[in-house]
Amino acid sequence: MGDVPKVVVDVMPKPEILDPQGKAVLGALPRLGFSGVTDVRQGKRFELEVAGEVTEEVLADVHRMAETLLSNPVIENYAVRVEES
Amino acid sequence: MKVGVVTFPGTLDDVDAQRAVRIAGHEAVALWHADADLRGVDAVILPGGFSYGDYLRCGAISRFAPVMTEVIAAAGRGMPVLGICNGFQILCESHLLPGALVRNDHQKFVCRDQPLVIENNRTAWTNAYAQGAEITIVLKNGEGGFVADTETLDRLEGEGRVVARYLGTNPNGSLRGIAGITNEAGNVVGLMPHPEHAVEDLTGSGTDGRGFFDSVAGWAALAAATLG
Repeated sequence: MGDVPKVVVDVMPKPEILDPQGKAVLGALPRLGFSGVTDVRQGKRFELEVAGEVTEEVLADVHRMAETLLSNPVIENYAVRVEES
Repeated sequence: MKVGVVTFPGTLDDVDAQRAVRIAGHEAVALWHADADLRGVDAVILPGGFSYGDYLRCGAISRFAPVMTEVIAAAGRGMPVLGICNGFQILCESHLLPGALVRNDHQKFVCRDQPLVIENNRTAWTNAYAQGAEITIVLKNGEGGFVADTETLDRLEGEGRVVARYLGTNPNGSLRGIAGITNEAGNVVGLMPHPEHAVEDLTGSGTDGRGFFDSVAGWAALAAATLG
């Protein structure tokens, strides 16, 4: 089971969209004694396990999933990659 | 009129919405998220709450509920659809309305009596108000910040599709103070504040919300006159 490849979809708020959660994290860091961080953006990471080979067809499907459900293109960007485990 | 009120898992305000519908003299029809059936209603309300626990994004899962396939098709045929709060989020996720709703800029849940101005009284849900009417109804949301790109915002304002705007301090960071918008035809309206909580003097902050539920009765005549 250890060698099942994962398709990872990272979803991030678009740069021009205010990210209050990232701002809250940024505000908390100095209070914990961490300095030097100038910005934080918070996003989501989806790990998809697929049956069989990760073919171009599978990746095309994942892109459609990312566009229709995993992200909202109005406010978020996404990136798809394959991670060998 | 028969006005359907959809209940999703996690919906909170369906009973208040049904009550508001009845107070306005209509028959309230309960609709269930898992049934691809509008039960012969003349209009649909998507009420507030936390459908599907707000998992993924507010409204993102609800958008694919079987009942929504029917709501989207009916909206395309001109049926009046009102989305309140979470319902507004569902309408944006369904692409029946442009833009999206994101977390309040101040990061806190807001719950207050909110003054609004009705900027478009030619929709299915606002024609009972005077143009420019100032009303106060409840606003309660965590993710009520309306966002869209500049081009979309300009188009909404240019076409008079901003239905309601916040008066006074912007309560949630909504761009250009937008509290509600409509589609091009005026039959679909999304609104972040809650008119269904302001329909009788017994509770809440007055009866300023009642007009939304009265309006839907006048829509058929108004739409016919506009088209004619």
